[in-house]
Amino acid sequence: MTLAELSSLGIVTSAVLYLVAFIAHSGEWAFLRGIGTDEDDLDTRVTSDHTAQRVRSDTWGRLGIGITVIAAAAHLLGVVTRGLAAGRAPWGNMYEFVTAALAFAVVAYLIGVWLFGARWLGIGMTLLLALGNGLAATVFYVAVAPLVPALHSVWFIIHIVAACIAAAAFNIAGIASILHLAKQRAANKAGGEAGLVGFLSRTPSLRAIDTLAYRSVAFGFPVWTFTIAAGSVWAEYAWGRYWGWDPKETWSLVTWVVYAAYLHARATAGWKGRAAAIIAVIGLITFWFNFIGVNLLINGLHSYAGI
Amino acid sequence: MPTTEPTTVKDENAAPDRSTEKNMAPAEGFGALMRWLWTQITSMRTALLLLFLVAVAAIPGSLIPQYSQSSIQVADFKREHPTLDKFYTPLGMYEVFTSPWFSAIYLLLFLSLIGCIVPRIKVYARALRTPPPRLPSRLDRLAESSAGTSELSATEALDAAEQWLREHRFRVLRTEPDAATQGISAERGYLREFGNLLFHVSLVFVLLAVGFNTLTTYKGSTLVVEGQGFSNTITQYDEFYAGALVDSENLPPFSLTLTEFTARFETGEVQRGAAREFRADVKVTANGTTADQVIEVNRPITVQGVNVHLLGHGYAARVTVRDGNGDIAWSGPVIFLPQDGNFGSSGVIKAPDARPERLAFEGWFLPTATVDEKGPRSLFPDAYNPELFLNAWAGAPKQETGAPENVYVLDKTGLKQVSAANGTVVAFRLGVGETFELPDGRGSVTFDRWQRWTKLQFSRAPGLPWAFGSLAAAVLGLCLSLFVRPRRLFIKVRTDEASGRLGVDVGGLDRADARTGLSDDVAALAQAAGLTPPPDEPPADEPSVDETPPDQAQHDLEQNSEQGARP
Repeated sequence: MTLAELSSLGIVTSAVLYLVAFIAHSGEWAFLRGIGTDEDDLDTRVTSDHTAQRVRSDTWGRLGIGITVIAAAAHLLGVVTRGLAAGRAPWGNMYEFVTAALAFAVVAYLIGVWLFGARWLGIGMTLLLALGNGLAATVFYVAVAPLVPALHSVWFIIHIVAACIAAAAFNIAGIASILHLAKQRAANKAGGEAGLVGFLSRTPSLRAIDTLAYRSVAFGFPVWTFTIAAGSVWAEYAWGRYWGWDPKETWSLVTWVVYAAYLHARATAGWKGRAAAIIAVIGLITFWFNFIGVNLLINGLHSYAGI
Repeated sequence: MPTTEPTTVKDENAAPDRSTEKNMAPAEGFGALMRWLWTQITSMRTALLLLFLVAVAAIPGSLIPQYSQSSIQVADFKREHPTLDKFYTPLGMYEVFTSPWFSAIYLLLFLSLIGCIVPRIKVYARALRTPPPRLPSRLDRLAESSAGTSELSATEALDAAEQWLREHRFRVLRTEPDAATQGISAERGYLREFGNLLFHVSLVFVLLAVGFNTLTTYKGSTLVVEGQGFSNTITQYDEFYAGALVDSENLPPFSLTLTEFTARFETGEVQRGAAREFRADVKVTANGTTADQVIEVNRPITVQGVNVHLLGHGYAARVTVRDGNGDIAWSGPVIFLPQDGNFGSSGVIKAPDARPERLAFEGWFLPTATVDEKGPRSLFPDAYNPELFLNAWAGAPKQETGAPENVYVLDKTGLKQVSAANGTVVAFRLGVGETFELPDGRGSVTFDRWQRWTKLQFSRAPGLPWAFGSLAAAVLGLCLSLFVRPRRLFIKVRTDEASGRLGVDVGGLDRADARTGLSDDVAALAQAAGLTPPPDEPPADEPSVDETPPDQAQHDLEQNSEQGARP
């Protein structure tokens, strides 16, 4: 088996395992359907005992994490061997960039699980990872090849690593924000956070989710600013102009502006919670459109070999 | 202001509260109206609106063809969508980023930014000179606090605490020795607001630098065939743009010759035909010395402060045209412009001096030529089987007018397409070294050999170092403003009534989004002051993300909105 085949095997395996992990996390949610928090069990008016469901849910959750760890190992193997097979950094086309960026995201997520108990992000993360790697393996796949001359630059490492890190941060913020919106909606129906049942009652408080989303954006935003600045420097070297309103450049700016608005809204106007979460989701949509839509739908300088 | 505010400390750093004026209707008089407008423009709400507007306004520029990117695409779009074009042209949709409405949005945004940042710089300058706030009356109501007794004397405890605080880069304010309550207030994290201001000021400088660059930059490009040269005068450029402050008649004097252009393409199965290497070997003459230099795609060279970029390449055919008299009417390279990914290139060979009739040829250069059901086309970008596919035109000699003429387009007035005796139009293909004789002894054309040409861009951008420097400062400022943790710590000593020992209270709060480490700092400060906690009160744990006390939450919200970390 060649390195390139090993790499493809790693990515395909990871996509399948992420899907299995997603199913496990869905099980984790499903078994908690209609069940309140631990305190409810202590309430004498509640007669039923939900210990069995709780244990089952927890088992599925742990299973989800376990599978995600194995999938992440296959994923990282796939990205690293791809780089070895190509003899360069493994982000020269869309297939490679999607898998590499998601590798950064899964590492960030697993560190979050390990240090801060971020397992509640699992259902969103595994879905994202399964979709992303699945799409990469089926639609975006291109065989290993060297780079076009425009990418022969040290900025190829700097610009894209920064973009991957920002992508990881924005995705985590986006998933947290979607969960925030879902939880708040449910809480409104249930007449307050305390009245929530099911998995949503086990997630951190709305405020804590909001804080996580904020911190992810606060971390990702300077990195994204740097990504754009580095891209501009690189463009001056490669194309002889620092900014040309290429679709990718335009959408990078749009994304930047949306996240800038997020930070401003939170920091000053006091738009916490729902309003901020909506902006974070819009930010993530613009990010993904820039990432995939611009390459597929619009012809620009960032469309490289194949896709 | 919420009553749960955990501290009585007034925030001296707070920007002036504009919320009361914000929604007021314009008062009478022009001055009042202007003030009202100014308040509106510099309000956070407007800034947010403008930010979103910039984002939305930029989108059409990425979806609709733009003149700045490709005027050909714009022309195609206009032809295909005449109805949309009726609306797009007056709206400036083909040049969104220079349109009045787009400019208006970002200029208003920067106006709003400046209007917000200037008062905040004043506030910050004042805050820098202001000592930390006075001691709050109750430290146990702060986000993090600790109380106990110490073996040290009051002075010893406070000296030790002050030393600890100074070592940890806190600004320290110690109460007067004769004050009723003895203690220390300390504050750190002034760099947060500094970073925030630096970021916003840097953005203004980025805009100024880009503006300065637009006035002082020039940029021109030209096609140079292998073996040919270029000297830096405006007449040698194919395209040229210069800012208002550029003296185009006195460009830095230098010249260069393209000795060789190397292009390599992928020949393997994967990505066949993709570019792999472009390299221009040039001889540069400047200041009386000549040197060999190499220009590659990511490696521009600089000559006399002018950057030379490699932007493109293509093929030129060296041809010899003999006229009806048998004389050489034209001999030299003819540039063909690539039209597709496999470098099928179109071009025109003109021989205006041919006699008795002037001659011209129009057609294609195909680097790897083939003819199949789709007609003649190129299969690969490299020159494996270069051929010319041409048809011929002839006509009476034209008066030399000296008027400039497009070398890539054949002006067919006065010309007639050459046909054979049976009336069929003459169309022929030529391999390297082959000659085609035109019918009726009108002349001939020989394809001597092929060469490469490269498109070079020559530019100066004096504003660019400023723009990139400002961008770097903006990123630095952004990091400071998001990662520096402003924190206040307080320590108070009193005589403990029960034990007769020294009672010590320590407390602290964070002045930005809840960060970790506050309890560590409070514990360390308490330890520095020799504090031993009462046995029934275990030391506070590190607050995790989901356990942040509600007081703290409320405080964050309040502090942030008061402080106005914007625009």
